[in-house]
Amino acid sequence: MLASLVGFLGDFDLAEEAVQEAFAVAAERWPREGVPANPGAWLTVTARNRAIDRIRRERTLGDKTRRLELPEATMDELDETVIEDERLELIFTCCHPALALEAQVALTLRALGGLTTEEIARAFLVSEETMKRRLSRAKTKIKATGIPFAVPAEHLLPDRLNAVLAVVYLIYNEGYSGRIDLAGEAIRLGRLLAELMPDEPEVHGLLALVQIHHARRKARFSGDELVLLEDQDRSLWDFQEIATGREALERALALRGRGLNVLQAAIASLQAEERIDWNEVAALYEQLAQITRSPVVELNRAVAVAEAGSAEQALEIVDALELDDYQYLHSTRGELLRRLGRPHEAREAFERALALARSGPERRFLAGRIAEL
Amino acid sequence: MKYAMLIHEKPGYVGALPEDEQKAVYAEYMALAEDPRARGGAQLQPVETARTVRVQDGETLTTDGPCAGTKEVLGGYYVFEADNLDDAIELAARIPAARLDGAIEVRPLVER
Repeated sequence: MLASLVGFLGDFDLAEEAVQEAFAVAAERWPREGVPANPGAWLTVTARNRAIDRIRRERTLGDKTRRLELPEATMDELDETVIEDERLELIFTCCHPALALEAQVALTLRALGGLTTEEIARAFLVSEETMKRRLSRAKTKIKATGIPFAVPAEHLLPDRLNAVLAVVYLIYNEGYSGRIDLAGEAIRLGRLLAELMPDEPEVHGLLALVQIHHARRKARFSGDELVLLEDQDRSLWDFQEIATGREALERALALRGRGLNVLQAAIASLQAEERIDWNEVAALYEQLAQITRSPVVELNRAVAVAEAGSAEQALEIVDALELDDYQYLHSTRGELLRRLGRPHEAREAFERALALARSGPERRFLAGRIAEL
Repeated sequence: MKYAMLIHEKPGYVGALPEDEQKAVYAEYMALAEDPRARGGAQLQPVETARTVRVQDGETLTTDGPCAGTKEVLGGYYVFEADNLDDAIELAARIPAARLDGAIEVRPLVER
C-alpha cells in the first residue's frame, strides 16, 4: 500500500502521512459503518485521496502536482487490479547506491519490512531519535537528488540488483545481534523479491543462502561461543527449512544462475549434507574466487582442497595469498603444516595466528594446538 | 530536474593527448553541449586566472587562485535537464574528463 502510494505521489513523507490518515479514518468509520468489501483497496484509495486533498491545499509546488493530473480515484473503480503493485520500484528506490548503506537498510526495513522506526532503532542499537533523523535525511535526499522510483533499465539492472541483495544480506547478518528478528525479516524480503523477480537466479540464490544458514541458527552458538560447522549438533538443524532453501537453489540453477549468491548457496547446501563432497565444494569456491578475486575466498578453497585430501596442494594455494595480517591464513597454514608432518613450521604459523587472535575461545583453541605440537 | 555537472579536471589534461584524440575529446564536449537535455554550461579559463572573493566583517578580501587547493580544478560545467539521478549519472559518465583522471560532481539545482 505504501509502495503504490509512493509511486503515485512520488513523495515518501506524504505517502506515509496519508496512509496513517487513512487508518485513522478507518478506525473511526469501520466500527460505525461496517468494514468495506475490500479493506486494502479502500485504505489505498482513501489514503490517495487524502494526499491529493493535502497537495491541493498546499498547492505551491508545480512539481508534485505533475503526477496528479489524473482524475481522483473513486470507490467504484475499486478493484484489486486498479492498484498497481509497486513494491519492486520501492525496493530499488530504498536501495539506491546514492544513499548511505545504513540508510538503505533502515529505509528498506521501514518501507517494505513494515517495521516501526522504534523497532529499527532497537535492532541497530541506536536511539529512536537518531534513527528518525537517519530516515528523514534519506527521504530528503531521495527527493532533492531525484533518485528514481523505478526498476532500473536493463543495462543498470545487474549492478543495482546486487545492491538490493547486499542490503537484504546485511539485514540477515545483523539478525544475530539485536532483539528484533531481522533474520526472519530478511527471509521475508528475499521471498518477496523472488515473487517479484521470478526470473532472476541471484534472487533465488540469495533466498536459498539465507534460508540454509538460518536453518542452522540454533546450532551456531553454544552459550555465547560460536560453534564451527563441523562441530555443530545436527539435531538442532531445521531440515524443513534446509529443504525449502534447496528448492530455491534448484530454481536458481534451473535459471542457469552461477553468480555470487547462487554459488554461495550451493556451497551452503553441500555443507549441510551428511557427507560433504569437498571436491565439489572446492570447485565452487574456485568459481567464486574467479568472480570475487577475493583472497579470503581462495583461503576457503584451500580448506576445501585439504578436506578433499590434498594438504600439499592446499598449502600451495595458501602460500600464494597476500593476507599476512589475516589470522585465519596463519591458523589454516598451521593446520596444513601439522597434517604434513612439519611441526616446527606449524608452531610458527599458529604462534603468528595467536598474536593476531582477539577472541577468548579462538586464543584458547590456538594455544591448545601449539601445546599439542 | 536540473543537474549541474561540475567538471573537476587535471589542468592541461587535453593538451597532453595526441592531436587526433584532442579533437575527438572536443567533439564529445560539443556533442554534450548540443544534447537536447543540455540547459547551459561553459568552459572556464585556466585556474591561474581565478580570483577568490570573500567578505569578512563587511570588508571584501580577494586572493589569487581557486577556493580549494586540490589536485583537480573546476574546468567547466554543464547544466542538464534529466528525468532522475540515474539519467544524470549516465550523462556525467559521458563527459571526457571523467575518464581522463578527472571527476564530475553531479549536483541537483534548487528548483524555484
